Amino acid sequence: MSDSRPVHILQGCGVTCATTDLPVLKPFRAPPIAPSGLAAPVVIGGAALTCVALLFGASLAHAQLGAATGRDGALAILLRWAPLIFQGFLFNILISFLAMALGTVVGVVAGIAQVSLAAPVRKSAWALTQFFRNAPWLVLLFYAMFLLPFEFRVLGLTIAFPAWVKAIIGLALPVAANVSEIVRGGITSIPSGQWESAESLAFSRRQTMWMIILPQAVKRMIPPWMNLYAILTMATTLISVVGIQDGLSITRGALIAESRPDLMIPMYLLLLMMFFAYCYPIARATLALERRFSVRA
Amino acid sequence: MIASFFTWLNDAYGLNFSIFYDAFDQARFLKGLWTTVYICLVSITASVVLGLLGVWVAGGRSRLGRLTVRIYVQFFRNTPPLVQLSFFYFAVGGLLPTIGDGAGAQVPLVGGTGWAIIALSLFAGAFNAEIFRAGIEAVPSTMVEAAESLGYTRFQSMVRIVLPLAFRICLPALNNNLVNLVKTTTLAYAIGVPELLYAASQIWSEVLNVREMMNVLLVAYVLLVAVLVWLMSRWERAMRIPGYAP
Repeated sequence: MSDSRPVHILQGCGVTCATTDLPVLKPFRAPPIAPSGLAAPVVIGGAALTCVALLFGASLAHAQLGAATGRDGALAILLRWAPLIFQGFLFNILISFLAMALGTVVGVVAGIAQVSLAAPVRKSAWALTQFFRNAPWLVLLFYAMFLLPFEFRVLGLTIAFPAWVKAIIGLALPVAANVSEIVRGGITSIPSGQWESAESLAFSRRQTMWMIILPQAVKRMIPPWMNLYAILTMATTLISVVGIQDGLSITRGALIAESRPDLMIPMYLLLLMMFFAYCYPIARATLALERRFSVRA
Repeated sequence: MIASFFTWLNDAYGLNFSIFYDAFDQARFLKGLWTTVYICLVSITASVVLGLLGVWVAGGRSRLGRLTVRIYVQFFRNTPPLVQLSFFYFAVGGLLPTIGDGAGAQVPLVGGTGWAIIALSLFAGAFNAEIFRAGIEAVPSTMVEAAESLGYTRFQSMVRIVLPLAFRICLPALNNNLVNLVKTTTLAYAIGVPELLYAASQIWSEVLNVREMMNVLLVAYVLLVAVLVWLMSRWERAMRIPGYAP
């Protein structure tokens, strides 16, 4: 066994110290989604699904064999409920689309306000963004569910405000804050030379923003935006906590209705697999886009 | 002083911040706060350890180990944490045996808080493993080769050379993830862990001060996150590599 005390290599390296072109540190390729060590992402995704499916199958078989005679088999029960659970899952996806759309619209405005020249606009947009970014999603959801009215009266017209609309608003709040950060980051990542040359070509600030900066920045914003979408999709299950029928609450309801504790593991795994099958391709696509759009120094 | 101010606020304006003058509500709120902090502290530690363990196995020679870590990371990153929590608490927790608590009642082996900590640590650990791996990739392989040529074993070069550098590089990303973890602790509400959100909801359903409690709750969480960010950024500054600008 060799002596492992740190050795002072650089001692004695005097004035004639040779320079090296070896990197001292390589760039930090930050997650959200960094390339995997293994080459084939499909293999990983497939393997993950297979593993879970095996676990799923094993637990299902256990439930099937262990069932008392005279009761429905585990597989029959699962097949009975699977369409409904899938429907609930589709509702999650719908909510995620709507919340993402609303959040993106608000977030883009807030993000552009964050680079505004007017200090009050900039600072208030910054404060709002930070506040909503750092508050937990569930608390914001509660906030929207409890504090928004269930109907609006405008000019004698009553507009109903059902729970799922409030849930969309509650989920859109943190999304908007995150989109705002993404937009701000995208805009500030454009080299200042672009601004200066636009100015020298007599573009106004608005023209520069719309015709020069944003078209370039959008490309860099898309990967983090997609990542945010995947996060939002996973967060939509939060609406089950505030009493909206989504995939998770239907799963839970099915388990209560059947009162079969041995079915718990397969049922929850089924829902987990649905989400995985939806979110994993998004994660891979994000990574692929990130690589494609990565700025070459 | 504070209590009398909030009593006055309640009498004069109807803004009922009961946690500041009602001893019972205050105790409940503080207990919830402590539970949240406890869950945060334990799962931050556990998730960092899990991330380090994951990155150690992921860089190892065993193919099976590498694949296992990849599957673990991808699965936990791409499924909803709330469903994971439900899975652990209801499905896995239901299978575990119960033990007598000495008073004749049967309590589960791992309670709600325990499952919350386990599920959140696994969830955040998956992200941490990925963050550490990116950090380690930023350390040039020549550094590791130099360590190898000096006779360092893999563990020694990891602990003494790679990780000290990688850790400093990935601190900002780790910081983000830990903030996220603190925010995710609210999910424990769904399985009835008496944490901050749960305590607050108990208070507002009894005292009927939803609006006030909701704002208190938001501010409390923002403060909690602010404390973490402040601590982490101090640490980041103390540990920064001189002359290295990412």
